[in-house]
Amino acid sequence: MSSRWRSLASTGIIVAVVAACSGGGPSTAPSVAGSAAPSAAASPAASEGTTGEPATVDWWHITTGEPGKSIFQAAADAYTAENPNVTINVTVLENEAFKTKLSTTAAADYPDLFQSWGGGIMAAQADAGLLKDITADIAEWKDTINPGAMSIYAYNGTQYGVPWDMGMIGFWYNKAHFEQAGITAPPATWDEYLDDLEKLKAAGLEPLAIAGKDKWPSMHLWTYLVLRIGGGEALSQMIQSGNWNTDACTKAGEEVLRLNALEPYQAGYKSADYNAEAAAVGNGKATMELMGQWAPSVQMDQSADKKGLGDDLGWFAFPTVAGGAGAATDGVGGGNGTAVGVNAPPEAIDFLKFFSSVDIGNKLNTDNVGLSTVIGTEGSVQDPNLQAVLAGRGDATFMQLYLDQATSGGLSQAFNDATIALFLGESTPAEVCQALTDAAAAG
Amino acid sequence: MTAISRRTRPRPAVGAKWLTIGLFVLPALVLYAVFVILPVLQAMQYSLFKWNGIAPLTDFVGLQNYVIALRNDVFTTSVGNNLLILVLSLAIQIPFSLALAVLLNRRFRGRAALRLLFFLPYVLSEAVTGIVFTLMLQPDSVVDASLAAIGLEGLTQDWLGDSTLVMITLFVLISWKYFGFHMIIMLAGLQGIPRELEEAALIDGADRRQSFRYVTLPLLGPTIRVSVFLSMIGALQLFEMVWVMTAGGPVNASSTMAIAMFKAGFRSNQFGYGSALAVILFVVCLVVALLYQRFVLRRDTEGAITAYGG
Repeated sequence: MSSRWRSLASTGIIVAVVAACSGGGPSTAPSVAGSAAPSAAASPAASEGTTGEPATVDWWHITTGEPGKSIFQAAADAYTAENPNVTINVTVLENEAFKTKLSTTAAADYPDLFQSWGGGIMAAQADAGLLKDITADIAEWKDTINPGAMSIYAYNGTQYGVPWDMGMIGFWYNKAHFEQAGITAPPATWDEYLDDLEKLKAAGLEPLAIAGKDKWPSMHLWTYLVLRIGGGEALSQMIQSGNWNTDACTKAGEEVLRLNALEPYQAGYKSADYNAEAAAVGNGKATMELMGQWAPSVQMDQSADKKGLGDDLGWFAFPTVAGGAGAATDGVGGGNGTAVGVNAPPEAIDFLKFFSSVDIGNKLNTDNVGLSTVIGTEGSVQDPNLQAVLAGRGDATFMQLYLDQATSGGLSQAFNDATIALFLGESTPAEVCQALTDAAAAG
Repeated sequence: MTAISRRTRPRPAVGAKWLTIGLFVLPALVLYAVFVILPVLQAMQYSLFKWNGIAPLTDFVGLQNYVIALRNDVFTTSVGNNLLILVLSLAIQIPFSLALAVLLNRRFRGRAALRLLFFLPYVLSEAVTGIVFTLMLQPDSVVDASLAAIGLEGLTQDWLGDSTLVMITLFVLISWKYFGFHMIIMLAGLQGIPRELEEAALIDGADRRQSFRYVTLPLLGPTIRVSVFLSMIGALQLFEMVWVMTAGGPVNASSTMAIAMFKAGFRSNQFGYGSALAVILFVVCLVVALLYQRFVLRRDTEGAITAYGG
């Protein structure tokens, strides 16, 4: 499973436009009545019984690792056993191969169900007429899914997919290091956080691991600073308007400079990739990294003894910044979902409902395939750190999809390129905000 | 179709000759057209559009992608890096390979083993080489530890993380990978030079240095010129090793034209802009190759090409 997470994580980078609001209710709700319902599913009973005629559903997913792959196959088998008229053709593809195959597939041959991360690429697919509007089809059961996660698969008020996994980024830290440096509790504010980094540094430790080669881990740190300083609304505004020459952007950059001044990063951070970052934490060399829910498994995988930190690993949410408009419960996150292709028969959507059951959700949780988005599956998460992540997701007052996935094209990559220059001391806060504004304008 | 219709009718001897040639060349020609010519033409078409690779190809922007590329700092840095590697290769790697070839052309024990040893790096895949060296160049890893072990702690560096040092590190590794290849080419060239000529020079009173300078080197000219050509094209197309080791970082310090192209296309989904970079890279390589053929390689290929065509 860890290799899958890693590939998702490292390629999450290529993708993604949709500010994801959670907690406050799904942004898609108002449009349900207004959007045009596809003919087959117009009647309430249709999504339940569909037509009963023979139907074929093509499903492409990228869950290549076990046990996820078997769980997905078992779900398809269970559904076809209940609905003998339906054939589900499952195609399991490796992440990069999936993207290549999808990008060269004509609209007429588009799969009915396929892996999606929501956000910018999904929006581009919707604009190109490759996706089906399922807003009305799923209206009856959409409330069984975490609304924040659901909103990532909506674009311009239309639902195009359903998430099955959603997590949140936070600090993963070594408790033993904290103890060694005399830190009793995880920091709640950014100033405390910087103080703690100094204490860790003074104790001879490498406080924070980032990845100068892969760029995105520190991009998330910068995103959190913008979110904490400017607040969710301001951040959504920046994404929508494309104007990053804002106070929040500049101030976030200045906080990064304060961070840089402490020289908190691990040895070799400038050329480190994400695996090296995870190894630094997993081997107990660096104290912490800011990372998504997959962090423990990658740390384990990359550590010399393949065990990672075990019980010494802890998690805390990104601290608040004094005077900032953002709440401690605002988050940055993302995950995996299933998008619906433009040619999908009603049976495909019916299967999606089946796939979004509490039973399958529990299975995804207990087997560490993901953090299920189905409401009522929270109890099946056993790991205390993942429970903390889940609580963070559940309490989120605002959820921002990873910026490089939420946007598309040049801007998506510009987030990584511009912010890493800041962390490596080769750019100023104002230059970063200008570079992003330029990239947004260029499209 | 024409081939078949020709075959059914008797043809003059000249026609039959061209038919035979045509038939034998056809499969290669078809492959070349489908996998080389066509993609190049497609890239040229895409480069005139603003295109994300998903939506239909409709947003025609003319030469704008080219204008953006030439004004883009990252791309100009990339061109500079390609040129740096090119110049260093010609100034250091080629002479080094030549010296080794001359040395290994002498008779001594262990010559074959040394030849094999020096050629070995070339056999490894670039990706494997890149990963191995990345691991060795980590802080406190093999390279730094070796330096420390011989009392040179002071020389340890952030080999891949220092933006002024990274290109030099990469150059050393690229040279390490390819010097054996150039050495073998030159060794083959040296073995084609009749020993009698050098002997004659020695009998006429030339010393070894003079014999090398005025007899061996001029006769080795064609081989060196081919080696230089391959080295130049390699430097311009540099991608794999750099992508694996630094991905163009830190902050584009080691970016090359091919890396800028790959990032624009497959990382930013700007396939129009990426295609424009691809076309620029193609044109640069083509121009360099044609000029080199025209002005440098011409004397070597003269008989071969002109006689055949005429």
